[in-house]
Amino acid sequence: MQARGALSVSGASVLLLALLVVVPIAVLLAAWQQEQWATWQHLLDTVLWQLVGNTLFLVIGVTIGVLLLGVSLAWCVATQEFPGRQWLQWALLLPMAMPAYVLAFVMVDLLDYAGPIQTFLRQWLPALPGFSARHPLWVVITLSLVLYPYVYMLARLAFEAQGRAVLEQARILGDSATSAFFRVALPMARPGIAAGLALALMETLADFGAVSIFNFDTFTTAIYKSWYGLFNLQAAAQLASLLLLFVVVALWLERRARSRARYSEIGGRQTLRSRPRLAWGVTLFAFSVLFLAFLMPVSRLLYWVIDHGLMQLDARFLNLIWRTFLLGTMAALLVLMLAGWLAWVKRHQSSPAVSAAVRLATLGYALPGSVLAVGIMISFSKVEGWLADLGAGIALVSTLAALLLAYVVRFMAVGFGPVENALQQVRPSLVEAARTLGATSAEVGRRVYVPMMLPGLLTALLLVGIDVMKEMPATLLLRPFGWDTLAVRIYELTAEGEWERAAAPALTLVVLGLVPVIVLTRRRPVRLSRSRPA
Amino acid sequence: MRAIALLATAVVTLSGLWACSEPATEEELVVYTSRNDHLIKPVFDAYTEATGVKIRYITDNAAALTARLLAEGERSPADMLITVDAGNLWNAADKGLLQPVESQVLAANVPAALTDPENRWFGLTVRARTLVYATDRVDPAALSSYEALADPAWKGRLCLRTSKKVYNQSLVATMIQRLGEEKAEEIVRGWVANLATDVFSNDTALMEAIVAGQCDVGIVNTYYFGRMKQDNPQLPLALFWANQDTSGVHVNISGAGVTRHAPQPEKARDLLEWMTQPEAQKLLADRNMEYPVNAAVEPADEVASWGDFKADDLNVSVAGALQVDAVKLMDRAGYR
Repeated sequence: MQARGALSVSGASVLLLALLVVVPIAVLLAAWQQEQWATWQHLLDTVLWQLVGNTLFLVIGVTIGVLLLGVSLAWCVATQEFPGRQWLQWALLLPMAMPAYVLAFVMVDLLDYAGPIQTFLRQWLPALPGFSARHPLWVVITLSLVLYPYVYMLARLAFEAQGRAVLEQARILGDSATSAFFRVALPMARPGIAAGLALALMETLADFGAVSIFNFDTFTTAIYKSWYGLFNLQAAAQLASLLLLFVVVALWLERRARSRARYSEIGGRQTLRSRPRLAWGVTLFAFSVLFLAFLMPVSRLLYWVIDHGLMQLDARFLNLIWRTFLLGTMAALLVLMLAGWLAWVKRHQSSPAVSAAVRLATLGYALPGSVLAVGIMISFSKVEGWLADLGAGIALVSTLAALLLAYVVRFMAVGFGPVENALQQVRPSLVEAARTLGATSAEVGRRVYVPMMLPGLLTALLLVGIDVMKEMPATLLLRPFGWDTLAVRIYELTAEGEWERAAAPALTLVVLGLVPVIVLTRRRPVRLSRSRPA
Repeated sequence: MRAIALLATAVVTLSGLWACSEPATEEELVVYTSRNDHLIKPVFDAYTEATGVKIRYITDNAAALTARLLAEGERSPADMLITVDAGNLWNAADKGLLQPVESQVLAANVPAALTDPENRWFGLTVRARTLVYATDRVDPAALSSYEALADPAWKGRLCLRTSKKVYNQSLVATMIQRLGEEKAEEIVRGWVANLATDVFSNDTALMEAIVAGQCDVGIVNTYYFGRMKQDNPQLPLALFWANQDTSGVHVNISGAGVTRHAPQPEKARDLLEWMTQPEAQKLLADRNMEYPVNAAVEPADEVASWGDFKADDLNVSVAGALQVDAVKLMDRAGYR
C-alpha cells in the first residue's frame, strides 16, 4: 500500500495529462462570445445532414471492413497452419506503415476513368459501363485496408493468449468449430478487438487527407469548410468538440456493454495450430489483403520514383529522414513512459476520478489533427504570454518540447491500449508470488514486469512511432525551424498537386515505418512462452 | 531501472535539442509561408546571396499560419507572410495581422488590381484560371466564358474540381461581384447540372479525365496545364482564354505582406521590394509556370506560348471579401 500523499500526487499527475487534452479544445471553444450562429445555420441548411449521414456510412463501413479483415486474419494466423504463415503473420502488419492519404491517392489514380484499370476495361469490353473512382465504397475499402492492422494486431495477441485449452473444452462440450469460435474465442478476444476497432474508428473520424482525395464529404469536411472556407475557426472547434462528444458516448456505450462480462484467461499459451483443408485459400486471402494494402501502392510509388528519377539522396533529404526518425523515436518513448504511468496509476488506484481522467487523456486521437494542433499552439502561446508578463521570456511555440507534447496528446490512445493490456497480463498474484519467494522490487521489475510486458510495450512503441512519423498537421504547425520531416515534404508537394514528386518522400516514409515493424516482429517470439525455473 | 535510464536519456536529449532551437538573430528574417519549399527556397537563397541577409522560414497552409500569427500576437517572430490566393491574404489583413507598406518600388512593380487597397499585401506572381478543352472533340469557337459552361449544350461534358478548393471559391466570388448573387448561383447550378462525373480533388486528375474522354471541357489553373504539357508535348488539350469579350480571365495571386508585429519591418520591406524585381520575379514565376506580377518581366517561353489574354481587372481582394458568400452559394447550389 502506498502512502496517502503519494496517492494524491499520482492522481494529480494523471489529471494533468487529461488536462493536456482538454485545454486545447477548451481554448478553441473559449471564443463563444463571437457569433458563430450564421455559420451553423448555413451548415444546417445545406450540407450538415448529408455529412452526418456520410460519416455514419463511413463508420459503419470501416467497422465491418476492419473487423472482417482484422479478426479473420488474426484468427487464421493465431490458430491455423497455412503456407507462408511465418512471414505473413508479420507482413500483414506492413499496411500500418502506409499513410491513408497515400493509399487513397494511389487508389483514385488506378481506379479513375482515366486510370489504367478502366482504360484497359474500355479497350477490351467497350460495352461495360464505367464506374466512379469516388464512390463511397472505395473510401470504405481504402480506409479498411490501412486500418485493419490495428484490429489484426490486438486480436491476434488476444487469440494467441487464449491458448487451445478453452476451445478444446468448448468442443468437448459439444460445440461445433464455428460455434466455438463465435461463442468462446470471439467474446474472449473482445477487449482486444474493441481496442483495435476504437483506434481504427477514431482515426476514421479524424481523417481528412484520405476522404478529401476521394472528395467524400464527412463531418471533418464541415470542420475544415468552416475554418478554411468560411474563415471561422471557432465554429470549426465547436464542430470538432461535437465529434469528440460522439466518440466519448460511443466509447462509454462499449465499456458499459462489456462491463457486465469478465474474462480471465486460463492456462498456457501452447498454441497448436490446425491445418485447414483450404490452407492455400487462406494464404491467398492473406496475400491479397497484403497486396492491395501494401504491395500495390508501394510498387506504384516505386514506379513514379523511377519514372521521374526523383530520388535525390542529397544532404537535405537525408536530414529529413533523420529528423523524421528522431521525432518518431523520441515521441514514442515519451508516450510509452506516460502511458505506462497512466496504466500503472489506473491499476493501483481505481477511483472514478482517475478512470475518467485516463479516458480523457486518451481522447486526442479522435480529433482532426489540424484542429488539435491549433488548439495546442494557442494554449502554448497563451502560456508564453503569461510567462512574458512575469518577466520570463521563454519560447514555447515551435520548440521541440511543444511538438513532442502535441504528439503525446494526439497519440496517447495509441500507446495506452497495448501498454494497459500488457500490464493486465501481469496478474497481481504473480507479483505477490514473486515477493513471497523473496524477490526485491527491482527483481520483480526485471524478472516479472519487463519480460511479461515487453511485447505490449514494443507494440505501443511501434504504433506510436509510425503514427508520429506519418503525422502532418501538428508537425507542420509546431515544428522548430529546420525540423522538416518527410510528412512535411509530402504535404508541400501534394498541396501543389505534385503527387508524383511526393512519391519519393512517401516511399521513404513507408520504408522508415518498416524498420520498427521488422524490429518488433524479430523480437516478438522471445521468451514469451518459456516457463521460468523456480 | 531501464525506464529510468530511458527517461534520463530522453530528458538530456530534449534539453540539448531545446538549446539548439535558438531565436532568430539580428541578421535573419523570419518568414511564414504556404509556398512549397522547392519553390521558395531558391528565391530566399538568391536573396541571401545578393544581400547577406539570411532567411528562416516555416511552411504550412495559410489557415494554420494565420492562426499562428494571431495567437503569437506581439511576440511573433515572423516578419513576413507569403501565401497563395488573395482570399488568404485578405483574411490575414482582415484579422489585423499585416501592416501597410508605403513603397514607390512596390507601387511601380505591382499593378493596383493585384495589391491590397490599403497596401497591406502585394501580389508576387499571377495565376490564371481558365478553360481547358479536348482539341479533338471541341471546337474552340463553341467556347466563350465561364458563365456559358452553364448552358445545357454542355450537359454531361463538363468536369470541375471540388468547390472546397479556394481557387474555385475565388472564381465564384468574382462572379458574385460582377453579376450579383442571384445570377452567379444560377450559373453554378448550371455547372452542377452539366457535370459529367463527380468533382475532382485536383486539376491534374481533371485534365486526365478530359484526355481519357470522360468529359470535354473544364476549368483549371494554367500551370497545371503547363506541367502536363511538359511531360507530354502531344497532350490533346488546349487552353481557352475565357471571357475575353467581357470581364477577362479570372486571375489570382501568390503574394506577401509584412506582419503587424514584425521585429524587423524595414528589412522585411526590403525583401518584399526585392521580390518584385526582375531577378526574383523570374525565380518566383518560372519554376511553377506562373506569370510575373511585374509587367516589365516576361513570362517563361512555355508560358508565353499559350498566348496573351485580357485579365479580369477587378481588385483581387474581392476574392477574400466575398469568399464566405461564395462558399455558401456553392453549398446551396449543390456544388461539392
